[in-house]
Amino acid sequence: MMEKNILIGHGSGGKLTHTLIKEVFFRHFDNPLLLQQGDSALMKMEGNRLAFTTDSYVVDPVFFPGGNIGKLAICGTVNDLAVSGAVPRYISAAFIIEEGLYLEELEAIVSEMAAEARKAGVLIVTGDTKVVNRGQCDKLFINTSGIGELDGKYLHISSGENIKAGDKIIINGPVAAHGMAVMAARSFEGFDTDILSDCASLNGLIAGVLETVAGVRFMRDATRGGLATVLCEIAGNGGLGVEVYEEAVPVESNVKGMCELLGFDPFYVANEGKVVMVVDPADAEKVVEKMRKDPLGREAAVIGEISAGTGGRAVLHTSVGGKRIMDMLAGGQLPRIC
Amino acid sequence: MPDQMKYIDEFRNRDIVKGLVKKINEISHSKVSLMEVCGGHTWAIQKFGIPSMLPSEINLLSGPGCPVCVTGRGFIDRIVAFSRQENVIIATFGDLVRVPGSSSSLEKEKSRGADVRIVYSILDAITIASQNPRKKVVFPGIGFETTAPGTAAGIIYARKKGTGNFFVLSSHKVMPPAMALLIDEGVKIDGYIAPGHVSTITGSGIYSDIPEKFGVGCVISGFEPVDILQSIYMLLRQINEKRFSVEIQYKRVVRPEGNIKALQTMEEVFSIRDDWWRGFGIIPGSGLGIREEYGIFDAEKMIDAEVEETVEDKGCICGEILKGLKKPHDCKLFGNVCTTENPVGSCMVSHEGACNAYYRFNR
Repeated sequence: MMEKNILIGHGSGGKLTHTLIKEVFFRHFDNPLLLQQGDSALMKMEGNRLAFTTDSYVVDPVFFPGGNIGKLAICGTVNDLAVSGAVPRYISAAFIIEEGLYLEELEAIVSEMAAEARKAGVLIVTGDTKVVNRGQCDKLFINTSGIGELDGKYLHISSGENIKAGDKIIINGPVAAHGMAVMAARSFEGFDTDILSDCASLNGLIAGVLETVAGVRFMRDATRGGLATVLCEIAGNGGLGVEVYEEAVPVESNVKGMCELLGFDPFYVANEGKVVMVVDPADAEKVVEKMRKDPLGREAAVIGEISAGTGGRAVLHTSVGGKRIMDMLAGGQLPRIC
Repeated sequence: MPDQMKYIDEFRNRDIVKGLVKKINEISHSKVSLMEVCGGHTWAIQKFGIPSMLPSEINLLSGPGCPVCVTGRGFIDRIVAFSRQENVIIATFGDLVRVPGSSSSLEKEKSRGADVRIVYSILDAITIASQNPRKKVVFPGIGFETTAPGTAAGIIYARKKGTGNFFVLSSHKVMPPAMALLIDEGVKIDGYIAPGHVSTITGSGIYSDIPEKFGVGCVISGFEPVDILQSIYMLLRQINEKRFSVEIQYKRVVRPEGNIKALQTMEEVFSIRDDWWRGFGIIPGSGLGIREEYGIFDAEKMIDAEVEETVEDKGCICGEILKGLKKPHDCKLFGNVCTTENPVGSCMVSHEGACNAYYRFNR
């Protein structure tokens, strides 16, 4: 019989820990590599190049419209691998749980994690559970690490070393939904919206694009700091510039409305299911077409291009016909967004 | 919700903007300097890239319209001193947290353990006070006629509720004396893009001295690109026709008589006093102090604090920038020593500050 709340004992390594692992984690994450139950997961990998990434998730609140911290912990790590050109394979999941968390909540989070892992085709092969006293963490923090297989021909993608002037910049859909969904879920009394987080694993969409064209020069997921930060990173890379067209960037009208109301710039608001690609101009149309066939890329669009002349700057052509620079965010726009 | 963006998209319409730019070009004949005195305008002008659309004869200046920017260091030092007291909670709007005082800021004090909470409304601060009856909750009241009525309403509400542990440190200011002072001091201003939100409260009458005494026109403007461009056009017409007056472009919001209820609320709680403006010094009749009748809510009177000696920042030319004498690019510190990550002056902290807007959008 399981308790209703997490107790300090659930992190003791004793019987309670074992029950928790068996009845919650093993039951949902169920796969032969995890069930080896050794101190390390032992697995085989094809090829000789690996991509390896880690990320911690502290989003507040743990449940938000369109997802929860568990789903986010899978999508985020899967996406970090996928945008490096790797095929995500194995994930580790470490939980730091605050004493008193409802087991029901933990289970809802874990089951959505498992579902997202299945959807993304990755296995959760190892993990850890710690419980801290009430007040020493906020409900639940999750760390996931991920390993992916990397084909040598995609080595250039994460550094962007092949980016050239004239390349097109593409995004797979509307920006700023995640940040605004989390914001709406925080204690805004009387604030009711239908905004859902865009939290999703993008490895399928990305694999589709990589199979279709050879000219993908760079990819990055636009998470914290939003689209603008990625564009600034591209602009800062090797002295090339970036020209972006504000009206080409899709933003859902409800997200736009909430941003206006609260004074946020949607270009700087976090996403959890958006990839920015820099591609050979000859491939741009094909990439957009391919993305649009995927439910996660229906509103894919070319939003700008790489230029030679702006000296490492991102220049925004505003929707009203003006021109200005776009800078990286200083300090946090929203803490604990992911 | 297709209707949701109504009143925004129309005012960001590319064709209308194009038409206005063309009209401005047609009537722009000589060099003019137009000053906006609202931080919201400063931000919008740079964000939409408006300077890039205008003929080179038109010079847009940013005036003292960013509340955080004109707030004196002494005020920050006092709030910092309060925050160091064990039984004090500071409940503040977010833009004040990073503003540097003489040696510290609320952000720094928070990292050292001070209880500093960001609120979106003064009512949230009063709620915090009710929830923490053993603590003194201090709300720093800054801003012009736009925010002062909200603070006044909060104080009235706290009195009604009997929230005796709630206090306001007022640095509220009124705009017209600063606008008049600039022209009086000889700053070359050919027209004011007058603040839309301030005027929503005050009405248009408060600026009547400016065209009458100084021969400088005022157009009360909204905050969208179409609003701002139309206001510039209206000012150019006034200049060309030498017909100086106060006009309202932002008619969908601003009434000539203002918001009577808000004005009464402000009048009920605050009285005019001389006040210190960062970069300007003392401007007579430009501040709002809490009236005797509401003295029990006045943090200045009710809470003792050891406030450090105020030291002004060296090298920072915020004062001249706030007066429109210089632009952020003219400052030696701009972009190297003083950045949004590591601001020296408050004009770089607030997103309504000229230095911040230039740094982010027009470097």
